[in-house]
Amino acid sequence: MNSSSVAQYILPVFVAMPLGGAFLIQLIKKISKGFCDIIANFILLLLLILSLSLLDNPLLVYKVGGWMPSKGIPIGIYLVLDGFSLLLLVIINMIGLISLIFSISYMKKFTNKPLYYTLFLLMIAGMNGVVLSGDLFNIYVFLEVAAIASYSLVAFGTEADELEAAFKYQVMGTVASAFILLGIIIIYSITGTLNLADVGRVLKDKVIEAPIILTGILFLVGFGLKGAMMPFHAWLPDAHPSAPAPISAMLSGVLIKAIGVYALVRIMFCSIGVTPLFADIMLVIAVVSMTAGVFLAFAQWDFKRLLAYHSISQMGYVMLGIWLMTPLGILGGLFHMLNHSVFKSLLFLNSGAVVYGTGSRQLKRLGGLNQKMPITGCTSFIASMSIAGVPPFNGFWSKLIIIMACIQSHHFSLAALAVLVSIMTLVSFLKVQKYVFFGEPKQELKDKKEVPFAMCFSMILLAFLCIIMGALLLPGVKELFIDPAVNTLVNGKEYISLVLK
Amino acid sequence: MIYFLCGLLLLVGLSGILLKRNLIKIVISLTIIEYSLFMFLAVVGYKQNALPPIVKSVTEEVNYVDPLPQAIVLTAIVIGLATTALLVALAVRIYEKYGTFDIREIRRLKG
Repeated sequence: MNSSSVAQYILPVFVAMPLGGAFLIQLIKKISKGFCDIIANFILLLLLILSLSLLDNPLLVYKVGGWMPSKGIPIGIYLVLDGFSLLLLVIINMIGLISLIFSISYMKKFTNKPLYYTLFLLMIAGMNGVVLSGDLFNIYVFLEVAAIASYSLVAFGTEADELEAAFKYQVMGTVASAFILLGIIIIYSITGTLNLADVGRVLKDKVIEAPIILTGILFLVGFGLKGAMMPFHAWLPDAHPSAPAPISAMLSGVLIKAIGVYALVRIMFCSIGVTPLFADIMLVIAVVSMTAGVFLAFAQWDFKRLLAYHSISQMGYVMLGIWLMTPLGILGGLFHMLNHSVFKSLLFLNSGAVVYGTGSRQLKRLGGLNQKMPITGCTSFIASMSIAGVPPFNGFWSKLIIIMACIQSHHFSLAALAVLVSIMTLVSFLKVQKYVFFGEPKQELKDKKEVPFAMCFSMILLAFLCIIMGALLLPGVKELFIDPAVNTLVNGKEYISLVLK
Repeated sequence: MIYFLCGLLLLVGLSGILLKRNLIKIVISLTIIEYSLFMFLAVVGYKQNALPPIVKSVTEEVNYVDPLPQAIVLTAIVIGLATTALLVALAVRIYEKYGTFDIREIRRLKG
């Protein structure tokens, strides 16, 4: 038995362990509440180590239940891990772990902490399932697991605002799921199979048939709603600020990527195939998200709401990179996805720390927190410079690559627009810094102090990642982590032969 | 014909979500959308004069129905149940806070 055949047995663990942990926590919560903290954090730490241990593996396929393909046609459920899934897997478990460390202190003010951990782990299980799943229907099932957990987490505070946001989010999410399911049914009725690779094999010669165009539109609307792309974004600015801060970090840093962008890109690139028209439509959506998101963020005076609008804008960058369809663009897009998950979750954790320390998230009511909360102030400054694309930090490198890719593929106006949006992001975050952290503290903020250790620790960890992640582009490191993900998308159709062999 | 009816049901549900002002009616509209999809799935798996897919001998050529859509419908119904339960629970909590099911009065957030 060689190493890759052993490694494939790790894949179901990514789904099974958080699922098991979620229900274990409900069982043991009567014995000790502190034990729940340890179990949840331990599971995420283990998953992060496991996902990092899979770094230099080739494509892994795990056939659930041992159902071998008959005559080259897959029958069972496949879990597939390639470079692109691995990138997402690392993001999910890394941000999940850091958010959980943050929650140890932050969630003390909520009454039912074990329930929070259960829902959190269910969400992780769902997202891990989405990125590992090798067939369409399992993508749908895991997506619903993650989505239902996230609806209840948005409503976790059970105040009027939270409930309203969660209801809105869930109505839109359910419509999105219906569209996705309809698309999956149509694909099944055309091809007679649900396995992504097998669908790709059957459809190889008939990319432009009318039902395929219809499914393309259905998936675009469905995953667009899940990923909050611009015409479908209305739930995000309500849902993200209403959730508890670590959940906002997870939703914005991970969820909209894993079940929105990842799922759409995976199905389109590796299975159904991208027509030039579809890529153009996605480019338009990306540019609209990028520009309109930053304009809407400009007018916000609520810290978390401002961050939520910037999420839409930054995901526009990610999609702009990926849907340029050039190797350089895909590199920039995926790298920005990784970077965005780090700095945006850091910013949301900062906003959580501000709310925890002062009880307010209105920019005009805050001020001078640099003196009272130095760690929060310092890390948020790093994150702000990172999201705005100021040179030494990670956001700069990925935006630079995306702009270079735009110029390389002769989209000069897009490149100019990307620079402009970046400048506006900088202005918007200077406003945040000025109103929240710089200057003299207001009279009512005089007695505030720094947040507890666990929260500081997770913020410092993310700030450190913001500073060093530019190094992932250095030759030697790049081949290990970023390049396999980029190659998966550049040679999208190779996926079919690799999985079916 | 029956495909057309599924499509009609889907449109009824969608228009319900867009036009109705009552939270509970929105939840009902969502369930109608889900049911239209379940019916569509069942129709996709339907075959005339076919037998249940219980294979007795491999060599004999028998016309079996496709078992996969039935399994999928079952899973989708369970997911739909979870979604509906959560939505109704949220609607009840919203009623406790706002004292109404009318979405014109539940608009503290701007969107």
